[in-house]
Amino acid sequence: MSIANELADKQRDIAVSEFFERNKHILGFDNTTRALITSVKEGVDNALDACEEGNVLPDIRVEIHEGDDDEYTLVIEDNGPGVVKRQVPKVFGRLLYGSQFHRIRQSRGQQGIGISAVVMYGQLTSGQPATICTRVGPDHPAYELDLRLDTKENEPEVVDEEIVDWDKDSGTRLEITMEARYVRGAQSVYEYLRTTSIVNPHAELTLVEPDGTTTKFPRSSEQLPPETVEIKPHPLGIELGQLQEMAKNTEARKITSFLQNDFCRVGLQTARKICDKAGIGEDRKPSYLKTDDCKALMSAFEEVRIVSPPTDCLSPIGETLIRRGLRTEFEDADLVATETRSAEVYGGHPFQIEAAIVHNSDKLPDDEQVEILRHANRVPLLYQRGGCVSTKAIEDIDWRRYDLDQRGGQGIPHGSCAILVHVASTNVPFTSESKDAVADIPEIRKEIELAVRECAREMRSQIRKGKKMKRLRQKEDIIRKIVPAMAEKSAQILDKDVPDYEKAIARIMNAVMVTPTIEYEQGVGHDITIEVRNYTSHGKRMQVMAELPAEGDVEDPEPDAGYRGNMIVWDEDKIDTGEAREFSYRVRGLAEADIQNVDIFLDGIDATLIAGAEAWEGSEIEETAPEPQEIDDGDEVTQEVQV
Amino acid sequence: MSTNGARLEDADRETLEALYELAHKIYDDLEDGDVPELNLPVRSKSNIEFDEEHGVWKYGDSQSTRSAKKTDGAKMLLRTTYMIDFIREMLETDKSSTLREMYYISEGWDLAKFSDQSESDKLAEDLEVITEYLREDFQLRPEEDGARILGDVTVEEETRTGDTRVINCQDDVGDAGYSVPYSVEEDKLRFVDIDADFILAIETGGMFDRLVENGFDESHNALLLHLKGQPARSTRRLLKRLNEEYGLPTFVFTDADPWSYRIYASVAYGAIKTAHISEYLATPAAQYLGVTPSDIVNYDLPTDDLSEQDERALNSELSDPRFDDDQWRGEIEFQLELGKKSEQQALAKYGLDFVTDTYLPEKLSEMGVI
Ligand SMILES: Nc1ncnc2c1ncn2[C@@H]1O[C@H](COP(=O)(O)OP(=O)(O)OP(=O)(O)O)[C@@H](O)[C@H]1O
Ligand SMILES: [Mg+2]
Repeated sequence: MSIANELADKQRDIAVSEFFERNKHILGFDNTTRALITSVKEGVDNALDACEEGNVLPDIRVEIHEGDDDEYTLVIEDNGPGVVKRQVPKVFGRLLYGSQFHRIRQSRGQQGIGISAVVMYGQLTSGQPATICTRVGPDHPAYELDLRLDTKENEPEVVDEEIVDWDKDSGTRLEITMEARYVRGAQSVYEYLRTTSIVNPHAELTLVEPDGTTTKFPRSSEQLPPETVEIKPHPLGIELGQLQEMAKNTEARKITSFLQNDFCRVGLQTARKICDKAGIGEDRKPSYLKTDDCKALMSAFEEVRIVSPPTDCLSPIGETLIRRGLRTEFEDADLVATETRSAEVYGGHPFQIEAAIVHNSDKLPDDEQVEILRHANRVPLLYQRGGCVSTKAIEDIDWRRYDLDQRGGQGIPHGSCAILVHVASTNVPFTSESKDAVADIPEIRKEIELAVRECAREMRSQIRKGKKMKRLRQKEDIIRKIVPAMAEKSAQILDKDVPDYEKAIARIMNAVMVTPTIEYEQGVGHDITIEVRNYTSHGKRMQVMAELPAEGDVEDPEPDAGYRGNMIVWDEDKIDTGEAREFSYRVRGLAEADIQNVDIFLDGIDATLIAGAEAWEGSEIEETAPEPQEIDDGDEVTQEVQV
Repeated sequence: MSTNGARLEDADRETLEALYELAHKIYDDLEDGDVPELNLPVRSKSNIEFDEEHGVWKYGDSQSTRSAKKTDGAKMLLRTTYMIDFIREMLETDKSSTLREMYYISEGWDLAKFSDQSESDKLAEDLEVITEYLREDFQLRPEEDGARILGDVTVEEETRTGDTRVINCQDDVGDAGYSVPYSVEEDKLRFVDIDADFILAIETGGMFDRLVENGFDESHNALLLHLKGQPARSTRRLLKRLNEEYGLPTFVFTDADPWSYRIYASVAYGAIKTAHISEYLATPAAQYLGVTPSDIVNYDLPTDDLSEQDERALNSELSDPRFDDDQWRGEIEFQLELGKKSEQQALAKYGLDFVTDTYLPEKLSEMGVI
């Protein structure tokens, strides 16, 4: 054996274990606290991915047991589809092996490093093998394997294997012992699961802490997120190495068909143009392409106009579910404003931004920085807040315009809020392998800013509306005491009858006050009642409109109502001075947290007179004929006949 | 029920009628379905005008509206009805109360109660302004304020029991002088004999005592009056009577700071708070003797720096119509330039007798009195 070969062997020997040592920080194992959080994260992310892929509502249990000498044993159990036995060693014991790596779709896992890095970390720090129990279905046995990594060869080694009795039909459970430290706080396992639960309202997460405390983060939606669609790579979204790899492995025999079949948005015309620009014969065999040819293709991709990749492959959380998740997590929030932008593209990759702001003046301190909840493909990001595009976009907004404190109009604002940002993409551009922060891509930053601003606007208008209403209520309260007292006293002085003061009170308030109440009953739905009181000096004719939720069924409007676009509309002939009317309807089929407030509009009333609702600004919505009122059956008619 | 005509004197009935008009206005507004409101003159320096006839500053024509549209306004109107009712009761039962007592009584007025006495005092003044009656007509009186007078004046005072008592304000009193009662009208207080050449109205007690100890009243045949800071109505009224009925030249002697100039202004021109009765309280012939900003320099007096508040007050005086003459402008602008203020007692720099032996004689002869 030549010296060179000997060296090569050694080089590889060093490579795997030292690769890990050297890249600990990149992979998120740089200290014992963080190592534990990263391990939980890798395990839980995989469990969620697997459950969604297997079409089951995730039920994930995380246990952390404290052992001797700073050793902890981490147990993560899911009810997903399991892993076939043959694959277990590779999946959990070999770096860069995964099902997500070559697939272009929105998923949590991207690199095929995650879980095997955890196994390696456990083995390196505790000397113990990882135990994996998995079952792929009720007709299959559950296997339990003890797995060790051969750090010389990057090869897994099964040290023990047995068939066990397991009460789960399918799922995976892994048990890894490692050197770790357990903490609570902003960066902790607890926080990770809490925020995971917000953006994954369909998951139920349970945490058992070392001291035995068990916390359940309940499921607030029974709906699995729509399945994410896999797309072929877009020419603008790949790197040279990837192109070479694809060219080598393609089944196509001609370069034009390679471009057409293996990429999205490339038709024959485009493929020809690309070849032309790259100066490569259309009939060349892809596997013969040299590095220079691939480079020429790469630059041709830039020059030829290629349609953007499809964006319907993404699966955003959706405003309803974000709201639900936040309402569950931030109980009694004053308001939750949400915005899901439509999907956009950066460098050949589709992405989509969602944002939300929660406001809770009772529970969140108003003199501290707002909490920023960052997420990528439904995974919370806990580290490197400052280096993340979400933080940067938020810092750039002048929050004073939205009634929050912000020193100098820059930086993270102070206030009783939390801001959530979710970046969904087939390729989230992380700043490093530990997937802590999203890179500052101009297209992404702009979308985040737009989404967050929209939420901020909504928050401001809601809070202002609320304040105006509160002021008026206080005024009403006091005027309702003062004016009668004044009437009585002046009558007493003058020895006259107490005058009727209701009109005077109406003139003083000088507002049409709108007060919605929402009552929810399990199994019945939301009963919404809108009281409109005319505290002005004249009788008022108006249209009362309420925005209906995107989902759910509307029933029993009282009095009869019409519909216009997404609005329910009542025509009110006249409410006299000092009088009030009630308008009500029921919404079925939604969770309690789904309707927290109702947007109400009044048409025909001067905007300055309206409190608790908005003036209708004329309609971009087309008039549609009122939906026919549902007639239950013949009952009513027969009754009429009988009467 | 409410109006017990039999027991009311005519004057009291007229007073009540005037107050009832306000109750009527509120009642009618409510009955008509209007927002109750009352109009009253704007009571600030932006709305005072010079009254040629009396030579004093009075409220002008600007009106403000106190309306139930705002919660605060509604509260004030409610308080107004309660206060009217309270005054009615006093008039009918022939009782009177001090302003402080009324404030405490208002504690029981529920929503209409005041949060401090200045508010109830001010509303009593508002009623004077609107009805053109005096609070004495409402059976409301201020607390004893204990302003003092010392000099060769003999007064006849009506005592509580209805007897009269004759007092010489030089011989029959101690060093503290004669205490000015809260009513100095002819029916309560008559001047029997006056032997003085002029009145010197003094801001601080310390300076008053100094002049008394130095015998300035006798040596210069002066009538010394202690203003006790911003002088009470009765003190100002007394000064006016002595000046106008007995022709005594009147000089005001205060510290050299903006607050003291305001004391002078309220004595000579009328106070903004009581501009509705300026012709009754103000002494237009009263002259400012000092200490002036020029005195600070001429006599090289010990000084303090003007505070920010002092500067603001001086600047505000520059826009006060009462100070709008060359002499005051000159002095105020000079003081702002100087950035200093001095107290009356700073004159002690040159010894305890300096004020009586040198300063006052020099100033008085400058003004042509001696
Ligand atoms: N709990 C699980 N149930 C079923 N399959 C799993 C489970 N955990 C991991 N896998 C499979 O193992 C593969 C490797 O997981 P790993 O975490 O190493 O990489 P990844 O999730 O693809 O990418 P990343 O490195 O970004 O996490 C996954 O792609 C998945 O196919
Ligand atoms: Mg993974």
